[in-house]
Amino acid sequence: MLRRNLMLAAAFGAVLFAGAAQAADPVSIVYIPKNTGNPYFDSIIKGFEDGCKKLGCEFTTVAPASAEATSQIPFVTAQIQRGVNVVAISPNSPDALNQVFDRARAKGTLILSVNSDMPGNEAHRDAAILPVDFTKTGPSQVELLGKQIGYEGEIAILSATTDAPDQNVWIAAMKDTLEKDPKYAKMKLVTIAYGDDDPQKSTTETEALLANFPNLKGIISPTTVGVAAAAQVVETAKKADQVKVVGLGTPNQMRRFIENGTVEAFQLWSPYNQGLLAAHFAVGVKDGSIKNEAGTVFEVEGLGKVTVDKDSVIKTQADLTTFDKANIADFNF
Amino acid sequence: MNSIDKNPVAAAPSTVVVREAAAPRPRWQVLLIRPETVTLILLVVATIVASRLSPFFADLGFILESSTYYIEFAIVALVLTLVIISGEIDLSPAAQMALSACLFGTAFKAGLPIPVAMGVSLLAGLVMGAFNGFLVTVLRLPSIIVTIGTLILYRGLAQVLAGDKSIGGLPSWFVGIDYRMVGIVPVPVLVFVAASIALGLFLGITIYGRQIYQIGTSEIAAIHAGIRVRRIKMGLFIASGITSSIAGLMVASRLGSVRYDLASGAELTMVLIVMLGGTYIFGGRGSILGTFLAAWLLVIIATGMTVANIAINAQLTVMGLLLIVSIIMTNAIYARSQR
Repeated sequence: MLRRNLMLAAAFGAVLFAGAAQAADPVSIVYIPKNTGNPYFDSIIKGFEDGCKKLGCEFTTVAPASAEATSQIPFVTAQIQRGVNVVAISPNSPDALNQVFDRARAKGTLILSVNSDMPGNEAHRDAAILPVDFTKTGPSQVELLGKQIGYEGEIAILSATTDAPDQNVWIAAMKDTLEKDPKYAKMKLVTIAYGDDDPQKSTTETEALLANFPNLKGIISPTTVGVAAAAQVVETAKKADQVKVVGLGTPNQMRRFIENGTVEAFQLWSPYNQGLLAAHFAVGVKDGSIKNEAGTVFEVEGLGKVTVDKDSVIKTQADLTTFDKANIADFNF
Repeated sequence: MNSIDKNPVAAAPSTVVVREAAAPRPRWQVLLIRPETVTLILLVVATIVASRLSPFFADLGFILESSTYYIEFAIVALVLTLVIISGEIDLSPAAQMALSACLFGTAFKAGLPIPVAMGVSLLAGLVMGAFNGFLVTVLRLPSIIVTIGTLILYRGLAQVLAGDKSIGGLPSWFVGIDYRMVGIVPVPVLVFVAASIALGLFLGITIYGRQIYQIGTSEIAAIHAGIRVRRIKMGLFIASGITSSIAGLMVASRLGSVRYDLASGAELTMVLIVMLGGTYIFGGRGSILGTFLAAWLLVIIATGMTVANIAINAQLTVMGLLLIVSIIMTNAIYARSQR
């Protein structure tokens, strides 16, 4: 007991030596998702695990109970104390973590923002791994629906809230595509409905669409809540043959509708690939084989060539992943 | 008398005399068997366990740095201790932190200099505290209901004010109070220690301090004794508001930005700290020393488990169990001393 107390006292006085250069040791990576118990992030974690299995890095994951803006800060501090080399994080706030990130980076920790960036605060992280090239979301959703309805007829959009920034960017791109590409000249956008990412409101809005536009051929819902609600309404109304539903959804939410034929196909990206890419990038930057600067091109097995863009933004996939009967069984998130 | 009727044999005069003039408890018992002792023992145990759980824990600089994430709540918990001893409760400080910080951010964005914006924030703390105090002491509503109401009201106002966006761009001299050190001690920790000493003395040796205990023990007796109960309670709620606004400014400085959901859920952390420190939820008993020790207990447990990569659900379970244990101990000890 006395010995333990002495050791404790000694340890208290000791200076921090964890995290000192350990060239021979494998790169240690920790991933901090927004919160616990979210299958989407579990899929990213799986990607990290598989990547590290192949590359020989050490991987752990820790997460706060809530996705509140400051909940991740103690975790970042604790990981710096543990001396990890790379902190990959899906930040709960675009700016509340700035101070602790600066502190981590001053100690040589690589900070990767995974799945979303920190707009306006890019200088506080080393790189951002984003799921997909979002400029292609609008056009590829239009194409997905067009293919199903023979590029002809009335269509509607079911969005989230009127001021959701990503939604509005995608909707603008959809409108642009419909107007300018002659391929879609016979597709007519009749209205945009807003379901506020609320299952109940999305359901009501979809029912109103079916009632108000009897000639409606298709609905695009680029939000996971909306697309599931729209599919449910179309299934209940037994109109799956007349009205095609496409959108951005998660395989677990949409599996039933794909399997029973209500929805032919929907799109999203693969969170798994983000984890895989982040692991490769982190190890590459740490061992010097990948330069963290715009224009660097590196190769990830299974993902092909990946480019580091301006502000160290890395897009995991160029195109959205399309989920349909053929491949949905391979995904679980 | 009952016992004499039931058992006349035991009613020998000598026995009765001994029972009525029970010998005072030994001095060491009075000094050591206190809720604060339990907190201190838990603190020592937690420190030893945490050091064994992870080799990265036993580093004073790291513990002090991590403590800055909880110390703002601990500072408010000091004032909350007084409020609870007086027989009331205030559940709105976390929301007051958010609203006063958002007012500060809005005032700064509107072009006011930082010191003026800080003044706005402190004034807001005063007004919010006084509003709670008004509802409790003038309208005589129960403080638990009043402050649940204002907790929602203040948080709602903060959201109306700041919207869903954070307000940042604060000047660099204002940002990072937790990285300003005196030796290896961050400034917020110093503030906490200084506030603990000041409030400990206030509660322990001033007349007002003794009156707060008196109010919590029996409000009616306190009124008959000429204690200005309403004035003191009003003062406590205002103190709680101003302290919350100071804590809110400290969070704003630590994060470099403010949001409406700042410190959300922290009212429970504050109550947890006060309860862990052995303050009696029904008032009349408790101490600043207990709250001071409990704040460090919380810091050690949260930091120790986080640095040991223990899953968050296990952490919450441990916290919940500790709270139950500390309430049972507090009750048992007070019941014992009342005999």
